[in-house]
Amino acid sequence: MAKASRAAEAAGQAAALARGSEPGPAAPVWQYAPAPESRDVVSVEPEYGLFVAGAFRPAADGRTFATVNPATEEPLAQVAAAGPADVDAAVAAARSAYEQVWGPMPGSERAKYLYRVARQLQERSREFAVLESLDNGKPIKESRDVDIPLAAAHFFYYAGWADKLEYAGFGPGPRPLGVAGQVIPWNFPLLMAAWKLAPALAAGNTCVLKPAETTPLTALLLAEVCQQAGLPPGVVNVVTGAGDTGAALVSHPGVNKVAFTGSTEVGKEIAAAVAGTGKKLTLELGGKAANIVFDDAPIEQAVEGIVNGIFFNQGHVCCAGSRLLVQESVADTVVERLRQRLTTLRLGDPLDKNTDIGAINSSQQLARISELTQAGEAEGAERWSPPCQLPDRGYWFPPTVFTGVSQSHRIAREEIFGPVLSVLTFRTPDEAVTKANNTPYGLSAGIWTDKGSRILWLAQKLRAGVVWANTYNRFDPASPFGGYKESGYGREGGRHGLAAYLDV
Amino acid sequence: MRKTYKLYIGGAFPRSESGRSYPVHASDGTLLAYAAQGSRKDARDAVVAARKAFGSWSGATAYNRGQILYRVAEMLEGRAAQFAAEVSATEGTADAEAEVAAAIDRWVWYAGWSDKVAQVAGAANPVAGPYFNFSVPEPAGVVAIIAPAESSLLGLVSVIAPVIVTGNTAVVVASERQPLPAVSLAEVLATSDLPAGVVNVLTGRPAELAPVLAGHMDVNAIDLTGIDPAGRQALEQLAAGNIKRVFYRNEPWATMPGPQRLLSFLEIKTVWHPAGT
Repeated sequence: MAKASRAAEAAGQAAALARGSEPGPAAPVWQYAPAPESRDVVSVEPEYGLFVAGAFRPAADGRTFATVNPATEEPLAQVAAAGPADVDAAVAAARSAYEQVWGPMPGSERAKYLYRVARQLQERSREFAVLESLDNGKPIKESRDVDIPLAAAHFFYYAGWADKLEYAGFGPGPRPLGVAGQVIPWNFPLLMAAWKLAPALAAGNTCVLKPAETTPLTALLLAEVCQQAGLPPGVVNVVTGAGDTGAALVSHPGVNKVAFTGSTEVGKEIAAAVAGTGKKLTLELGGKAANIVFDDAPIEQAVEGIVNGIFFNQGHVCCAGSRLLVQESVADTVVERLRQRLTTLRLGDPLDKNTDIGAINSSQQLARISELTQAGEAEGAERWSPPCQLPDRGYWFPPTVFTGVSQSHRIAREEIFGPVLSVLTFRTPDEAVTKANNTPYGLSAGIWTDKGSRILWLAQKLRAGVVWANTYNRFDPASPFGGYKESGYGREGGRHGLAAYLDV
Repeated sequence: MRKTYKLYIGGAFPRSESGRSYPVHASDGTLLAYAAQGSRKDARDAVVAARKAFGSWSGATAYNRGQILYRVAEMLEGRAAQFAAEVSATEGTADAEAEVAAAIDRWVWYAGWSDKVAQVAGAANPVAGPYFNFSVPEPAGVVAIIAPAESSLLGLVSVIAPVIVTGNTAVVVASERQPLPAVSLAEVLATSDLPAGVVNVLTGRPAELAPVLAGHMDVNAIDLTGIDPAGRQALEQLAAGNIKRVFYRNEPWATMPGPQRLLSFLEIKTVWHPAGT
């Protein structure tokens, strides 16, 4: 019996190979020759300063920190660490630019600057993509095809709003707020900078941006673009540093608006710090999204969506589909196909155009992923990773799938922010809804089914700000993004994203 | 016969579980009644009732919610004389009839938003790809409201109606010194087809009740309008514990509001689906 089935399997494999169609069981892993993008397209300076009042300069106390390439652990550059005096200077520059130049400027003129920035991002996209992959560790195909084009699109989209605010539906004469203090994460460094700066500037605010400590370089290159685009000094300021720099910025009395993207833990600290000040606050925080697969879903498409949902950007995605909820009747099939698919993913050099899985952004994040996956095993879930050679140097974690996960497990409750998928099962649509919503988070969710009425029903029931049906991890500047519950408040993108930067 | 003023929780009118009550005086200092002095436990019970009611109220059609709120306005109208007497006694207002009329108008104005807000606050989004993409407003969930200390009826309806019309459920802390119109409003709500738990009314000390609600992990948003500016910071810090949406705005209640208050207790949900053959 076993022998016969093996023979049938071999025959099926041969047939699949002959057809060159969908891989059958145990699909062959094709060997690819290295196809590295050239690192030389971007010049990485040995040292970077803060961008304050239109010029680059060292920190007042001369402190610096190193940013490293997480794929090799090699230092890329020394970057100025902004202290309270630097934050003061940046806020003062932003205030002066707001009052004297940017605030009084007609929206149609602001728009031209933003269009110029968008164009320069497009023109220098290859440089940005390589720099992003060097500093962040993400595969070049993602920085090239997702991060940089979307960042440019964001500036382009909001440029068009700058002279149409009267018609944005917030009542007559909406006013900017003043100086925006913006703190962004390391997972999409340039894209998050664009999400923050573009709507703020379009609405007439000026900005002090604090990039993440481990990924400051593309924000500083963007500052250079702002400089070259002739943006008036002080309209955009970039202060690099760690958490203390961000804390100094959000609690600075000269800041009128605080926007933060990052962990729910830090988001709560910021909300408490801003309490009672009257500063307008928007938060885009963590998630633990359910990606729900029904038995009538097209399985191959669903598997692609599951892979994209959790392994895109090494799972360093707040809206990652980190909880797979699969209907019991197809659970075994889905998990088996998923494992087959994962054996074909290529992990390695982020600058190689064939790479699917890049490096984990930092040793701290790697430690957190390792700790949570160990907890997953200790609590009784079954761990699986494809055979996978990890590079000797750098921070790496293999794609990992946990089955036999229960809702009480830490890996089903806590945001791992890494390439780790927890598989849970359900029987009825109601059970899927209950399990999907059983989390303090509410950022995103996925639905895979062929039944339209079920999609619409579920989309209504899920307490999440973004619902992807038969797709996952799609982003667009015209599409509002943001969370319910402890995933934050306010939206980024679309008309709704303007509200965060107007006195409405 | 003198009326007993009780709490309104989950569609019932209990006394405070603490057994406490406190005297309510007219503007001229005469004793009007004793009101229940709600406890922290009463506040938690009210949150449970509001959560229980959230699924069906938020899932009701906008048309249905609108109809029920119009019905509330009808019942308010029917008891206009009683409200005018209470407002007059507690606030010392010369023209209490006008304030009651304004409160009814305000309620009707918000009722009409039920089936319009999605068209005003929602969107079809032109994304750069083959996707159908739309955004719709949804209620934030359970909303705690510290009602204005003054304007015991007009101010009260001006903070409750915008919260519940979109499908939120509410726990309301009435004005401490002027709670009687709030209890009478609860009686109107109880007889207006509004499902139990959609609005829960607590009377008592905001200083005691607001921290419980601000720190409660199953409350999604809080309106601090009735809190003095000096008291906001501590409550906002408590609200940060589960990322509550925080709103406050002391408006001139007699002026017609815009939709900002109503829009502040909404989430925007965006749904994507591929378009293809």
